[in-house]
Amino acid sequence: MKVSNVPFQGTAEQEAKLIELINEHKGQKGCLMPILQGAQNIYGYLPYEVQKIISDNTGIPMEKIYGVVTFYAQFTTSPKGKCEISVCLGTACYVKGSAAILEKVEEVLGIKEGECTDDGAFSIESCRCVGACGLAPVMIVGGEVYGKITPDDVPGILAKYR
Amino acid sequence: MKTIQDLKDIKNQKGAQVDIRFGGDAEAEKTYILCCAGTGCTSSHSQDLMANFRKLAEEAGMSDKVEIIPTGCQGLCAKGPVVVVYPGDVHYQLVTPDMAQRIWDEHIVGGTPVSEYLMKEETTSGEDIPFEESSFYNDQVRLALRNCGKIDPENIDEYIAREGYQAIAKALTEMTPDEVIQVMIDSGLRGRGGAGFPTGKKWLFASGNRGNVQKYVCCNADEGDPGAFMDRSILEGDPHSVIEAMSIAGYAIGANQGYIYVRAEYPIAIDRLEIALKQAREYGVLGKNIFGTGFDFDIDLRLGAGAFVCGEETALMTSIEGNRGEPHPRPPFPAVKGLFQSPTILNNVETYANIPQIILKGADWFNCSGTETSKGTKVFALGGKINNTGLVEVPMGATLRHVVEDIGGGVPNGKKFKAAQTGGPSGGCIPADYYDIPMDYENLSSIGCMMGSGGLIVLDEDDCMVDIAKFFLGFTVSESCGKCTPCRIGTKRMLEILEKISEGKGTMEDLDKLEELAKYIKANSLCGLGQTAPNPVLATINFFRDEYIAHIKEKRCPAGVCKALLSYTIDADKCKGCTLCARNCPAGAISGEVRGAHVIDTEKCIKCGVCMDNCKFGAIYKK
Repeated sequence: MKVSNVPFQGTAEQEAKLIELINEHKGQKGCLMPILQGAQNIYGYLPYEVQKIISDNTGIPMEKIYGVVTFYAQFTTSPKGKCEISVCLGTACYVKGSAAILEKVEEVLGIKEGECTDDGAFSIESCRCVGACGLAPVMIVGGEVYGKITPDDVPGILAKYR
Repeated sequence: MKTIQDLKDIKNQKGAQVDIRFGGDAEAEKTYILCCAGTGCTSSHSQDLMANFRKLAEEAGMSDKVEIIPTGCQGLCAKGPVVVVYPGDVHYQLVTPDMAQRIWDEHIVGGTPVSEYLMKEETTSGEDIPFEESSFYNDQVRLALRNCGKIDPENIDEYIAREGYQAIAKALTEMTPDEVIQVMIDSGLRGRGGAGFPTGKKWLFASGNRGNVQKYVCCNADEGDPGAFMDRSILEGDPHSVIEAMSIAGYAIGANQGYIYVRAEYPIAIDRLEIALKQAREYGVLGKNIFGTGFDFDIDLRLGAGAFVCGEETALMTSIEGNRGEPHPRPPFPAVKGLFQSPTILNNVETYANIPQIILKGADWFNCSGTETSKGTKVFALGGKINNTGLVEVPMGATLRHVVEDIGGGVPNGKKFKAAQTGGPSGGCIPADYYDIPMDYENLSSIGCMMGSGGLIVLDEDDCMVDIAKFFLGFTVSESCGKCTPCRIGTKRMLEILEKISEGKGTMEDLDKLEELAKYIKANSLCGLGQTAPNPVLATINFFRDEYIAHIKEKRCPAGVCKALLSYTIDADKCKGCTLCARNCPAGAISGEVRGAHVIDTEKCIKCGVCMDNCKFGAIYKK
């Protein structure tokens, strides 16, 4: 099983929230997905420890939970950076040069897509179409959408979040 | 809890004022400022813009005379944020929050529209034409999008003012379930998710044994094709139309529970759906004993978690059940054994959006538009190298040329149209030779393409078809669920061959291998994802074989995209020896005397293109 190198730092408060969430959904048909989505909102990611709490409280076996978590791209078993960067590689953005934007982000931060900087400040992801095709190419930094950008704009945008 | 009469009262009371936005001639009681609050315009700060308008209205003590209405996508995303003011039907484009003040002072208070901000359409000739004369809106026929961008999606009364929930009322009180299904069959409506299966037939298959077995009605809002945003726009702009249509489907097949499976990547659509569901329950148009007829129907939302394969029907249902979203073989078809092993129907968002009006206006109203086999309209999301990026709806059978050139405003920067990609990773491309093909299900599949869900990406002469094929195959490889071998391993091998070709290491044999693998994968994959995955490759080989051959034999990328095959050269006649390129080259590959012609050492060159971007004399070429 893939276990993150970052030690788990869940609080009792988070756990109480999670138990409440589980009780709300437990017993409903197909409850696992909403529980996992809620749990990721609480903790920011789904490490082994969180999956274990879910398993213990729902009776759903660990191997099924792990299987579901690793199937879906949105679930992550390792923590993300404080500031998440997402570069759209959907078709509309791709034909307008978003691959070069991603390369530039990787170059500026010195990490690759799917990685997090050592200080935990930034993580980079690529995504498939956020639906702002009119603004292509698009990059999302810390929830803020930047559209119609060129690779030259990247350092300036990232500097705002340092 | 509202009765049918209550809904009619709301319509009578509010209808005339809402109709002003649709060309109605009632005298306006207020000034209405419609601001697009779709995903595209929200990304460009339309929420701040609305806040500014609200503040201005409050400060002027005019909150009762001016209504600021957030709407769904108005269509012309390239010009967002878009603002429309009624009465007068005045459209503004690219409105930043700062522009609110001037529009307020001069137009809302002063009565004269701000001409500088007015929406204009850019044409390929470079001359702007006023919005009123643009074909972007005038040539569209909006059925599925009828309310999008015109009503407040968070206010159920506005939907009711547009005959909302009258169709479910009519079905419940005037029609038997079988009659509802017959209307759907007669209308000729086909699934808008891509495959084009007749909706009425699908309902008929699931209609047996009503009342004796648990059944489900599902809505596929897992719009995964990169570059497609039709369904999102409908959910953001007119969520009640989908809710109403699902209740009609529930009545028709005898189901009392619905699920909407929506991508988690669409937070605004999810919000609006949640609000709409809550309002519908409050009004009693959703829930127990709807309109006192004894019919129960409710809907739950289920969020996807970023798996493209979950757009496939059996995978979607597996995912709602809380499992890995892997497809399973059909038969049994969902109409027999679907969600939780019960008979289930699954329709796409855009399909549903057509249904309330078909029930209200009848099958003949709908099936008189479109082509022989494809009735009604189709919504396309225009993107890529096109001026009017956005959402358009045209009758089935409209030509690609009409959609791209007239409605879409053509290809920007004077470039030449090369092809349009439709159907995303499952589709193909329509080359310029077929620019005049009437687009419907049959015509597109006859040229190895597909209607798909409606993403239409325009490619120009700067796009490399090998690269586009590689892009889509890369998508499929990362989205393949891995359950069946042809898709999991076959697409990976195809991608490797394409990578070889784009690096100039391909052989002519590789082309045959690609075609052979493609046929095998299409024939043997378990679900639609694998069965259609080779399409982008086959279509590009079919129409642009010469480009593949150029990559293989001449080691050349004609469009100048595939990096490994590019080389940069300096035109000695044009070079002034300013040394800018040499100073900026990260690889130190450029040498030359000051005021003398420079040269690029192709061995050292990393093909980053910085030199070309910086050259002030246009002396550097790539080929």
